[in-house]
Amino acid sequence: MTTSTLNISQRRKDFPLIAHSALAYLDNAATTQKPFSVIAAERDYYETYNANVHRGVYDISERATQAYEGVRIKVAQFIGADNPLGVIYTRNTTEAINLVARAWGAKHLAAGDEIVITEMEHHSNIVPWQMIAKETGAIIKYVPFSTATASPHWEELPRLLGSKTKLVAFNHVNNSLGTINPVAEIIAAIKKLSGAKILIDGAQGVPHLHVNVQEWDCDFLAFSAHKMLGPTGIGVLYAKEGILKTMDPFLGGGDMIKEVSMERSTWNDIPWRFEAGTPNIAGVVAFGAALDYLNTIGIQAIHEHEFLLTKLALELLGAMDGVTLYGTKNAEGRCGVVSFNVNGVHPHDTGTLLAREDIAIRVGHHCNMPIMRRYGIMGTARASFYLYNTIAEVERLAAALPKIQRLFAPVKSRNGG
Amino acid sequence: MNGDDLYREVILDHFQNPRNHGRIDPCDLEAHGVNPFCGDEIKLTVLMGANGNHHKISAIKTEANGCAISRASASMMTETLEGKTFDEAKQAIHFMRDKLLNDSSLPWPDDWFDLSSLEGVKKYPVRIKCALLAWNTLTEGLKDFEHHSAPGKISSSHQETD
Repeated sequence: MTTSTLNISQRRKDFPLIAHSALAYLDNAATTQKPFSVIAAERDYYETYNANVHRGVYDISERATQAYEGVRIKVAQFIGADNPLGVIYTRNTTEAINLVARAWGAKHLAAGDEIVITEMEHHSNIVPWQMIAKETGAIIKYVPFSTATASPHWEELPRLLGSKTKLVAFNHVNNSLGTINPVAEIIAAIKKLSGAKILIDGAQGVPHLHVNVQEWDCDFLAFSAHKMLGPTGIGVLYAKEGILKTMDPFLGGGDMIKEVSMERSTWNDIPWRFEAGTPNIAGVVAFGAALDYLNTIGIQAIHEHEFLLTKLALELLGAMDGVTLYGTKNAEGRCGVVSFNVNGVHPHDTGTLLAREDIAIRVGHHCNMPIMRRYGIMGTARASFYLYNTIAEVERLAAALPKIQRLFAPVKSRNGG
Repeated sequence: MNGDDLYREVILDHFQNPRNHGRIDPCDLEAHGVNPFCGDEIKLTVLMGANGNHHKISAIKTEANGCAISRASASMMTETLEGKTFDEAKQAIHFMRDKLLNDSSLPWPDDWFDLSSLEGVKKYPVRIKCALLAWNTLTEGLKDFEHHSAPGKISSSHQETD
């Protein structure tokens, strides 16, 4: 087994919940643990410069504004955006996608227009489009999902795209199978077929893989801080500046206006037009600390480490009788996610039994019900990794499964049948 | 995984060998319940009888799709409630809910040995819904049955809410 370039035992000490726990935390696609530095940044804001942003004329308000806007620059650099004004803070990925559906969709979609998404989307990249389609009369078309390749049938794009297509939205990495979509390639194909705007759901990609929105040339990118060591309640919508300027606000209130009279208001400049009310300042500064942490390690080193863990998990679980794996056969096309079922055992029972072995995984449909239907299952057990997970933890997971199989081995009925 | 307090042999037995599995056709009451959190699903069919002036459950069958806890609980429920009057069934449902949701200290009835094994689910709050799915579904079914004064084929649907 090749060793990873990360010094894992040292890194684990940076995370209070990892350092002092016997728990094998393998639920990172749901949310990641937070390092001391992120928790300290949030605390430091509240203890030393807690003030509102964009309005105070005193020192700590200036500091708060600088910290808040400084993180916007860090976010832009992290995703390769040329302009921090294209970075909007939201609550999470879901809100970022809803913002586009509301503020862009309500203005630019008309009856008969088409939105193309894939069957492999998280519900948060399906439901907002269904809602805005219902309101505007737009139509949703799906790129079907193939269980053979664990990815969308991208070859069907020419059939699905055309002059009516106004938006194409898809994920970089799928959350239940870990499938990595070749985003740059797909975007290039879309651009040959239509002038549609392109939204990438980066919730599972940005924390694990190198992302550069300029190289991709996508119009929108949505992701969440809490899946990349940051706090909950902070997400990002990146959008091209030119598109943002055509969009009306998402929510009305303070901080998003220039002038308000009794009759009407004029909108603030971007990106503040889309950040109504007092934002999650503490969350933003803590997110900045998370980005610092990730930059210190390097996203490439993180991905290589996750690749080793994924490969090992696929080998160990793949060698077991009575365990079904879902997704691509090889670790190459995956991003730190392994979905499986112990045959004859409901994933919720698997999850509860693993919890008693101090192994935390996610069970259920993972907000991917269309995929589950394609596989003909109700759900899966899902292990997902991040930079602090170890080979020993993957081995613990594998060692626990035969115990579940033994427990669920047929028992003699006391009922005589 | 020894000394198991939830996945005990009695629960795994009911899961693997469900009692009263299937459908009663024709039936007097049909109820459908789902738990959207885990996709668990149950269909109950009941044949009514009379005990003096009281309705009673002459026969009850289930078709369940779900985890070991929800399926075992459904199997045990049918065994326990067969032959019971509506009032007795409602008391039994109340007792189960009280035991699992309110930590009731009432003793388990002597002939409820199998059901008492479900008490282990209290340590896993998110799984209590699994254990109660069949019971809550029957509650809705009985309510519907009683709202319709004339006996006949009645269908009811129940959805657990988060």
